[in-house]
Amino acid sequence: MSPQLLQHALLLSLALFVVGATGVFLRRNVITVFMCIELMLNAVNLAFIAFSRASGTLDGEVLVFFVLTVAAAEAAVGLAIIISIHRHKDTLDLDAFNIMKW
Amino acid sequence: MSLPLFQAILFYVFGGLALLGALVTVGQRNPTYSAFALIVTLVSLSAVFGLLGSPFIAALQVVVYAGAIMVLFLFVLMLLAVKREERIQGESRAFKLVAISIAAVLAAEVGYALTAAPRAMAGRFDASARQVAVLLFSPRYLYVFEATSILILAALVGAIALAKREPHP
Repeated sequence: MSPQLLQHALLLSLALFVVGATGVFLRRNVITVFMCIELMLNAVNLAFIAFSRASGTLDGEVLVFFVLTVAAAEAAVGLAIIISIHRHKDTLDLDAFNIMKW
Repeated sequence: MSLPLFQAILFYVFGGLALLGALVTVGQRNPTYSAFALIVTLVSLSAVFGLLGSPFIAALQVVVYAGAIMVLFLFVLMLLAVKREERIQGESRAFKLVAISIAAVLAAEVGYALTAAPRAMAGRFDASARQVAVLLFSPRYLYVFEATSILILAALVGAIALAKREPHP
């Protein structure tokens, strides 16, 4: 693994994060938006791993471990909220969820 | 074929697959296809993690992300019988343009920050499950680890409470 490949891993992380962010802006389906957020979390994980490899310390790996746990908890609660909203609104369109808008 | 060259080829193949899967995830109208494309991305990223010398995180990525989280997503998609993305109002071209320009600004900012990142690389690197566990259970991260278990318990209770059908709606 050469330093150049490491640089390219960081660029891949950047590309994945930007694609995920664009998806959050563009998509209307709440589940697709949620998947784009997972994609962004993964991009950050890749950056953590690359920096961990560059510095030779393992703190990045431990942080990825915590990100994984938080992502699992977030997915469980988020999908439960989506099911609950779908029961009331009968749609998954983000624009329909405006009950807290003033 | 030399080993570094082989590693480089694998890195670009899996990196490209990850990016392709991400683009399909975002571009696809049907959320079920999006979910499958995201699984491709996650598994390819796991291979990239392995190539970057982190076998433990690579295994965790497959087990937790591709195995648990994405199954949960697909389960919810099938539970709610989601069809193609519904549209309430007409497609707004200006909105799309704004979204893409915001993404471009973000890319420029983060790209600028990453070019300033150190180019040097540590010679020795051992990220086996044993070494990661030694750091994880050291006093530095032990309390955070314990707090994580409370977080998961809270998420468990919260998810059940939220998804439960109310007795009298």
